[in-house]
Amino acid sequence: MFDKIKDFASDFFVTGDPMILGAQVSIGLTLVAIVFVLTFFKKWGWLWREWLTSVDHKRIGIMYIICSILMLFRGGVDALLMRVQLAMPNSEFLQPEHYNQIFTTHGVIMILFMAMPLMFGLFNIVVPLQIGARDVAYPFLNSLSFWMFFWGAMLFNVSFIIGGSPDAGWLSYPPLSEMSHSPGVGEDFYIWGIQISGIGSLATGINFIVTILKMRTPGMNLMKMPMFTWSVFSSCIIIIFAFPILTVTLALLFLDRFLGAHFFTLDGGGNPMMYINLIWMWGHPEVYIVVLPAFGIFSEVVATFAKKRLFGYKSMVFAMLIISLFSFFTWAHHFFTMGSGADVNAFFAISTMLIAIPTGVKVFNWLFTMFRGKIQFTTPMLWTIAFIPCFIVGGMTGVLLSVAPADFQFHNSYFLIAHFHQVLIGGVAFGYFAGLYYWWPKMFGFRLNEHLGKWAFWLWNIGFYVCFMPQYFLGLDGMTRRTYTYSWDMGWGPLNIVSTVGGFLMGLAFLFQVWQIAHSIKFFKEHKVGSDPWDGRTLEWSIPSPAPIYNFAVLPKAEVADVVWEEKQGTVKKQPVPTTYEPIHMPKNSGIPFIMSAMWFFAGFGFVWGWMWLTIPALIGVAICMLARSFSYDTDYYIPAEEVKATEDAWRGVKV
Amino acid sequence: MKKRKLKQASLIFMMVAIIAVLSGCSHQAMVFDPKGPVGVELRDLIVITTVLCAIILVPVLILTAWIVWRYRDKKGNKASYEPNWSHSTKLETIWWAIPIIIIGAIGIITVKYTYATDPAKPLKSDKEPITVQVTSLDWKWLFTYPKQGIATVNYLQIPEDTPIKFELTSDAPMNSFWIPQLGGQIYTMSGMAMTLYLQADEIGHYFGTGANFSGEHFADMTFDVNATSREDFDAFIATTKKVPTKLTKEGYDELALPGKSGVRYFSSIPDGLFEQIVTKYTKGQSVHSGHAASHSNETDKKETSMNQSGMNHGDMDHSQMHGAK
Repeated sequence: MFDKIKDFASDFFVTGDPMILGAQVSIGLTLVAIVFVLTFFKKWGWLWREWLTSVDHKRIGIMYIICSILMLFRGGVDALLMRVQLAMPNSEFLQPEHYNQIFTTHGVIMILFMAMPLMFGLFNIVVPLQIGARDVAYPFLNSLSFWMFFWGAMLFNVSFIIGGSPDAGWLSYPPLSEMSHSPGVGEDFYIWGIQISGIGSLATGINFIVTILKMRTPGMNLMKMPMFTWSVFSSCIIIIFAFPILTVTLALLFLDRFLGAHFFTLDGGGNPMMYINLIWMWGHPEVYIVVLPAFGIFSEVVATFAKKRLFGYKSMVFAMLIISLFSFFTWAHHFFTMGSGADVNAFFAISTMLIAIPTGVKVFNWLFTMFRGKIQFTTPMLWTIAFIPCFIVGGMTGVLLSVAPADFQFHNSYFLIAHFHQVLIGGVAFGYFAGLYYWWPKMFGFRLNEHLGKWAFWLWNIGFYVCFMPQYFLGLDGMTRRTYTYSWDMGWGPLNIVSTVGGFLMGLAFLFQVWQIAHSIKFFKEHKVGSDPWDGRTLEWSIPSPAPIYNFAVLPKAEVADVVWEEKQGTVKKQPVPTTYEPIHMPKNSGIPFIMSAMWFFAGFGFVWGWMWLTIPALIGVAICMLARSFSYDTDYYIPAEEVKATEDAWRGVKV
Repeated sequence: MKKRKLKQASLIFMMVAIIAVLSGCSHQAMVFDPKGPVGVELRDLIVITTVLCAIILVPVLILTAWIVWRYRDKKGNKASYEPNWSHSTKLETIWWAIPIIIIGAIGIITVKYTYATDPAKPLKSDKEPITVQVTSLDWKWLFTYPKQGIATVNYLQIPEDTPIKFELTSDAPMNSFWIPQLGGQIYTMSGMAMTLYLQADEIGHYFGTGANFSGEHFADMTFDVNATSREDFDAFIATTKKVPTKLTKEGYDELALPGKSGVRYFSSIPDGLFEQIVTKYTKGQSVHSGHAASHSNETDKKETSMNQSGMNHGDMDHSQMHGAK
């Protein structure tokens, strides 16, 4: 009996590695500490009522952002471990198996559990405020999306200490990801972690399309929408077409693994190439999903801090929509070397290059927004300015990669690694940082310390170039991605050590950001701001920071674009201060999204281990949650007019 | 105070950048130091497209720096300020046109080169190409020389100045066969045979590697490519033919088991080994489509049909079958 338990435990827990043991201990201690603090300060009820069950888009946004910062830490530590391993030739810091797990989790976490939630967090916080809405179209679904993401991410992360991490690359090509080559549970954690959070992403896409189409305040027609909202809209269009492909692909892979189907195995009539096509039909649009909102952020920030209208609004909108469309016709450029023949390669080379055209136009429009402006160098603006050179160089290497025959020399090398980190860090991460700094005062009512922010900014930027520029050379010198070691005679050592130094500079920069946030929270009174700290242009700057639960006491009129800025300029009449208020209709909090998503976690965990005794009850739990929601009629309430008046008066009193 | 910090930061940055550049230049990157016609052509293509991109990149970088400097919000900055100027059809037409022209040019060049450098296209040469069959295994490369009847593991010897026709497949997760100094890489995939022509113009040792992640010891899948004179190549064949180890079918099965391997030589290979590796996974389908799987012993010369069109291995299997009948 005891031996049996011991055997099971040694399979169940990842053992043998001192680093993982250390992580296990620290995770355990952190959990104990959290439970202790919550119990000691009697905060369980508060946590449940105010946060876990909240359907308020602003709170959901904050929870997304907290999770994404934690995931940035985890993904960043993965990156640094890889850089340590590669710093020297023949290094034995990590075993190959461990290294393979780390690059797999680094990729999955950074794209799906860091970039995506940070993006959704900003969607949630900003979009309803920008379009003058009181919440998203489906607040309950919004909460469900968040908790599906959260529990999906937990399921994926738990593989680190339980069962073992996946190690077949971030897109898990079969047959490597099939039972034949990955018999462990890592791949199942991969499938279910992504699957569960992916459903959340799809729902968010639907939610924001409907929100943007149906919830805009009177007068705001589509061509008066702020550019960030436009970017969210084009990103969500891609989401609703791309994520179903991911869901189906992973479901088929799961059937292969769980039921011995042969969708992607050669023996039995399947085809692994099918998987590679399908996963990139999602995977390539996915990078545009994350980068388009960053474009939106830059558009807002550059107009705000150049104190000037965004140049070429119509071009900007058209460029984004065309990118959404083209993003679906480029997937095969990820495998030009698969030998599809010259016809196919020529088509996908051209379709890929075409995307450079609207992207280039956007860059010119940003530049000419600054042209004849008055540029203020606040932290959000610094990130925007740093983005432009970084992204155009990254975009250029992207065009080089799209030249199909040349790609035969770039493919799978560090040249490719350098390219996509340049567009994903220089484009996506810089963009979301800009957005985070820009909207932080709106979220919390205080600004982040600019001085520490500038330190973080410079360290990130210097670190970035030091880390990734050498990688272009390494790729051209034959160093392939995912290689865990190389020999002395390759001559790759010096550039790799430079690259590692750059990686650690970025790690240091992250610590500065954490310090910046902690410092600003501690001295938040000194950093307190009113409703419009940046002299902003769009509707979110017309309401208190942080916004009241109902956002807008009276729906604002938006007859022109940049309505707040135009009011301040006197080109349009100021909206009168309302004297009477009406009761406001709001959605009620619900615990169902949290519980239902937790049930999905257990169902997924059961699938991973083949424990039907866990999966079946959990799925029944999911069904019960759905039924309970279907039959609950008490889902909304009214905020009385007097309460609205009291809140508004208090704010206006302070403001004047 | 702030300025000093900025200066310090940029100083450090410059130093590191200089180190990076210097160490990058200490030897020529492989892709820019090609030793064969394919590699030369691809290097030229990379240079041409980089120059075309730089035509737009460099002015935009300068423009960015200038705008940011010129229009900074500083007291005494006399630059004009036009907060409502946000549209100019003329300007916007210009910057829609610039990328369209550049991308158009790159696009035309790309299409031209895509057809010209199709990896399955034979190289122009007055010499008869030598066929080498490549199989990627977990985690080693098997090279078989069908005409010479020998095989090697993790070591490839070829004569200089002679086109080499590589036929590639995999008996393990997909990998990619890459000799950067000779030319571009191509995937090795189970159930199909790809064709890749390369040639070494100079005698020398070249680095060969697997480029697509295929599992635990993927990083150990590097191999030495030794391009020698024709005489040395013939001598190599002759000596290899005399080594005591022969590659048998059982020996192959053992070799295919997951694990690393050093360099190995085999004086003979089983008949049609490569064809069997290619078709072993399609057995189910041939049964399914009503053909017997008996062709697997055929050591057919029908390799030509197993080229790129083999993407759809179902089709390939059929043409194989008809060829075999």
